[in-house]
Amino acid sequence: MPTEFFLDKVWLIPLFPLAGAALMLLAGKRLQNSAVSVVCVGSVFVSFVFSLGAVWQLLERPAAERVAQKILFEWVPAGLTQTSSGKLVNFVAEWGLLLDPLSAVMILVVTGVGFLIHFYSIGYMAHEGGYYRFFGYMNLFMFSMLTLVLANNMLLMFVGWEGVGLCSYLLIGFYFLRKSAADAGKKAFIVNRVGDAGFLLGIFLTVGTLGTIKFTEFASALAAGHFAVGAPVITAIALLLFVGATGKSAQIPLYVWLPDAMEGPTPVSALIHAATMVTAGVYMVTRHNAIYQLAPLALDVVAVIGALTAIYAASMGLLQNDIKRILAYSTISQLGYMFLACGVGAFAAGIFHLTTHAFFKALLFLGSGSVIHALSGEQDIRKMGALWDKIPATAKTFLIATLAIAGIPPFAGFFSKDEILGKTFEHSPALWGIGFLTAGMTAFYMFRLVNMTFFGASRVPHDVEHHIHESPRTMTVPLMILAALSVVGGWIGWPASLGGSNRFEHFLDPVVRHHVALPALNEAQIKAATPLLGHEGPFGSEVGRAELERTLSETRVGRHHGAGEYILMVASVLIALAGIWLARLFYIQRTDLPGKLASSFSGLYQLVYRKYYMDEVYDALFVNRAKDLGTTLALFDAKVIDGLGVDGTGWLMRFTSRVSIWWDTWIVDGLVNLAARVVWLFSYPVRMVQTGLVSSYALLIVFGVLVVLGYYGYLLRTMLR
Amino acid sequence: MIPTSHYLFLSLALFTIGVIGVLTRRNVIIILMSIELILNAVNINLVAFSRMFGNVNGQIFAIFVITDAAAEAAVGLGIIIAFFRNRPTVLADEMDILKW
Repeated sequence: MPTEFFLDKVWLIPLFPLAGAALMLLAGKRLQNSAVSVVCVGSVFVSFVFSLGAVWQLLERPAAERVAQKILFEWVPAGLTQTSSGKLVNFVAEWGLLLDPLSAVMILVVTGVGFLIHFYSIGYMAHEGGYYRFFGYMNLFMFSMLTLVLANNMLLMFVGWEGVGLCSYLLIGFYFLRKSAADAGKKAFIVNRVGDAGFLLGIFLTVGTLGTIKFTEFASALAAGHFAVGAPVITAIALLLFVGATGKSAQIPLYVWLPDAMEGPTPVSALIHAATMVTAGVYMVTRHNAIYQLAPLALDVVAVIGALTAIYAASMGLLQNDIKRILAYSTISQLGYMFLACGVGAFAAGIFHLTTHAFFKALLFLGSGSVIHALSGEQDIRKMGALWDKIPATAKTFLIATLAIAGIPPFAGFFSKDEILGKTFEHSPALWGIGFLTAGMTAFYMFRLVNMTFFGASRVPHDVEHHIHESPRTMTVPLMILAALSVVGGWIGWPASLGGSNRFEHFLDPVVRHHVALPALNEAQIKAATPLLGHEGPFGSEVGRAELERTLSETRVGRHHGAGEYILMVASVLIALAGIWLARLFYIQRTDLPGKLASSFSGLYQLVYRKYYMDEVYDALFVNRAKDLGTTLALFDAKVIDGLGVDGTGWLMRFTSRVSIWWDTWIVDGLVNLAARVVWLFSYPVRMVQTGLVSSYALLIVFGVLVVLGYYGYLLRTMLR
Repeated sequence: MIPTSHYLFLSLALFTIGVIGVLTRRNVIIILMSIELILNAVNINLVAFSRMFGNVNGQIFAIFVITDAAAEAAVGLGIIIAFFRNRPTVLADEMDILKW
């Protein structure tokens, strides 16, 4: 095997699931369920192996050379194009794959977690109809997602982006006979269209401004274009791309589709709506960090939206009763954290949280699926309780994931969340406050979920209670693997302040390196840029740049650990513990308290319980307006197009044909009849003679003979005279 | 010797009877018989003038006419029989299928 075999064959990684999907969707109906499982889970496993190999070979290279590009063919050779600055560039979009530390992390998460979820689905979907269809869509999703993360340019990324959107739609609406599922699928698809439009406009603007859409060329194109920090066009690109990210990653204001997306089968929720697809927005923002770093305004927008989404979604999660919906709001909230990290410039921390979140949120969803499986389809946590002993494997793994998401050391979530909160505090204490509160709320609602599901008194209906059983091994084994990852997954980013070396951040460093072209900056711009980086102070022209460059690199490795960092850590652990204590008090010890609180703050309770009436507001503002437009257009169709146009033409035709009939009857036929009548009239004397009686003819002959004879007699007489 | 004019008057009488018979009778057979009368009136004429001029050509013509009359009677009767098979009548005024 040649060296770098896997790096050379990186393009095969998305193709294995594509082959599986093609086989399933074309011929899957005729295959046995076992064959379907082997093909589809196997294809993802092979992808995982190839990903592992590729990442291993990438790691063997020196840190500065960890970029492997594999260009398959020129996809859109547009030729010479003029950018808005008047420069001629040869614009080409390639079908090319880019493996760098960022996409390496992503393919490992996608194929690794994806494989576990596929494996889990064998057990979970065993008794469902459309087994092959499910796995076909799942494999198609894997292909799209891998195309998204491996793309070397924005356009190919957009292909994957749309592909995962399509698969999300298909899988949310998997039980399409249920109206709520079909509606949820449509909702997800339509809301995502809004975001996708922003992404697409962002791509167009990038092409027009930079003349390239290749990720590896952004830095040089930005430097060559001499764009100032905060240049309006760069800010516009960044904001448009972020619109796309809010759609895919369910941020304010486009988050409304994700809770409804829980209509899909639980493995779908785990794979698409927790671990991979919804994090695509975070990945996309990180991938375009070169652009974002030139647009401090856009970064602030990202940070604020992320923080607001985090606390807003967490507050809605507090009062939900559907086990999957709680997790959905939790996902939105955690995605908010990731955007908060990106917004404060800590892209690596965002990706780190993305990775750990993929482990523990996939585990939470799969665990909830196992609970639902055990309770014969029950999803309401008010009808659960005391399941700890009955489904021990599920319960224990679920608890580990909950500890991880709550941010209890040494579980994975602690490291990534702490990293984000630490970076946020450097940037803006106010945003840190929001994130801090959210951490407490997260711990509370997650332990509310755990307490109501696994502890306390059993509220399971009697007929369901008999059937409670632990899930098969195909389901519990992935749970255990994910549980292990939820424990140790955070250790790859063990912070320097706790004696680690923050290897995850160093690994990502080449991708999220600061791309601001320093020589192009003047004093004022440097000053404008510095608050963003959490630094202030005057810089001399030469020394200042060097200083800035050094501080830029040092902020990312976290030089500023000191007493402050430890205080922040302890604080976030304490608020998590407070949340856990409160959840224990409310839902195990004093179960009457939540009801009392709800009745004494009923207005607030209703507001949050009804999800701030956001669905109703969106219905009133957009959905019903769109429907009104449709109704008006339908009316226009019925009255003007059909009424005036079609029916009017018909009426006109009938009218003219009536005129024609009249003309035919009275004028054309009349003339013919007149001619006949005239002939008839003139034939009257002739007809009198033709009696048809032989004797009358004979008489006429006699008369005729007599006349002829008389005539000749007369002639004879005159001649003889 | 009987003068030729007597023959001519007899011939005229026969001819007139024949014409009146043809014009007035409805039965086709009687009409045919009347035509025979007319033909015989012609024969008498021919023979009478033959005797008057001493030329036998006229008598030979009379024989031709008799032959002709026989043929005519045969054809006429044949037509009547053929017609009778289609319409059971021998009355001329009912043979009106050629009427408009």
